[in-house]
Amino acid sequence: MSAAAGEPMPVRRVQLHPLGRRIMHWVNALAILVMIGSGWRIYDQYPALPIDFGFPYYLTLGGDLSASEALTNEDGLSNALAWHFGAMWVLVLNILAYLIIGFASGHFRRDFLPITPRAFLRDFVAALRFRLEHRLGEYNAVQKLLYWGVLGAILLTILSGLSIWKPVQLQELTWLFGGYEFARVVHFFGMAAIVSFLVVHVALTILVPSTLVAMILGRASGTPHAPARDRR
Amino acid sequence: MTRPILRPTPLATSIERRLFLRQSLSVGALALLTGCDISDNDQVQRILRFMSRWNDRAQAFLFQRDALAPTYAESEVVRDFRYNAYFPVADVPKLSAADYRLELSGLIEDKRPWSVEQLHALPQESQITRHICIEGWSMIGKWSGARLGDFLKRVGADLSARYVGFQCADGYYGSIDMATAMHPQTIMAFTFADETLPAKFGYPFKVRIPTKLGFKNPKWVTTMFVTNRFPGGFWEERGYNWFSGS
Repeated sequence: MSAAAGEPMPVRRVQLHPLGRRIMHWVNALAILVMIGSGWRIYDQYPALPIDFGFPYYLTLGGDLSASEALTNEDGLSNALAWHFGAMWVLVLNILAYLIIGFASGHFRRDFLPITPRAFLRDFVAALRFRLEHRLGEYNAVQKLLYWGVLGAILLTILSGLSIWKPVQLQELTWLFGGYEFARVVHFFGMAAIVSFLVVHVALTILVPSTLVAMILGRASGTPHAPARDRR
Repeated sequence: MTRPILRPTPLATSIERRLFLRQSLSVGALALLTGCDISDNDQVQRILRFMSRWNDRAQAFLFQRDALAPTYAESEVVRDFRYNAYFPVADVPKLSAADYRLELSGLIEDKRPWSVEQLHALPQESQITRHICIEGWSMIGKWSGARLGDFLKRVGADLSARYVGFQCADGYYGSIDMATAMHPQTIMAFTFADETLPAKFGYPFKVRIPTKLGFKNPKWVTTMFVTNRFPGGFWEERGYNWFSGS
């Protein structure tokens, strides 16, 4: 989209991320990756789903497999669990801080709301046709909904995880998730939802790299970024 | 306690779409994790051990003395209960009632050893609870036996001490916190599914603790001791969390 004569100059837009938010974003990213990597190793030890599926070990976190087998006769489960229950605290404390600050500062209300069905439908159809432009500093309706969605998925995964960790002390929570065995299934699909979000999230960051700049340096500016085919 | 090692089966490669998914997953995760599995770094191991000790304290704080583990109906008891130890079932200790003595040690007043007959004469109660393994599997079983807390009182154990430790006939050893030892559902189980505890499940008794993971339930116990010095345990030295409460 070039600014031809007679057309108004595209507005120069700015994406700002305060330092606190950037730190929380990257701490969260690290904690989530550790939780996923170690969680996959834990899953492989005794899969929760009744299907023939396991994560390849090279994708998991838990240290030297053959050393674990030789020394302790297990597949690095103890190491993976140590990671999982260590990173758990980082993830939970960070998310709590993010939620409190997000609500108190108005970040959620300002940036993630409102989402009207009409706006969502419009943006969703545009996204499917690869015609949804990215405006720095402003989230479209699909994006807003995705952020709420992944926040919900993270909370669901944390709560189902707690109910697996403490099925006696937190037995009411475990009951809510349909008992110990079913809570493991919920925990798995919570992870799957987060991973699905990550795939889209990272792919879009690659398409619009200035968002990554903003999340690292705190500020990025640019003219509206339109999909390549509109720019011809 | 260990088990046959489960290996994830490779994904079906015949389906093209799955293959594609797996490949893209692999590339993405490879970039993130390969060479990034820093688990074996000594400093990382120190941090993980520190976090595990922190988790012991957090779990002791979460532990409620009078919160009971959920119980189940007789109809939910698993008939073919899983044998689980770090050696094959053929190698389980076969202790005889004639020779067996439970030795008591540490901060206990009356250290006279106990025979199987004496143990079985203790008042007993049963429970149908869920045994949860650290690997993720769980099974509902029925155990009967004497409350460990009552036994400790009876032999004059120092109940203000911090730990109760166990030595087992198979070389296994472990320990629990005093609060868990005194929990009403922590029992010295003499029967499983209404029958005398078979050798493979720990004859003459196993310590059944439904508020802890399976490996914290020692079998073939031959010595019990009370101490203030952290005794650790077999699996704990191999990286598992010590408290491992449910």
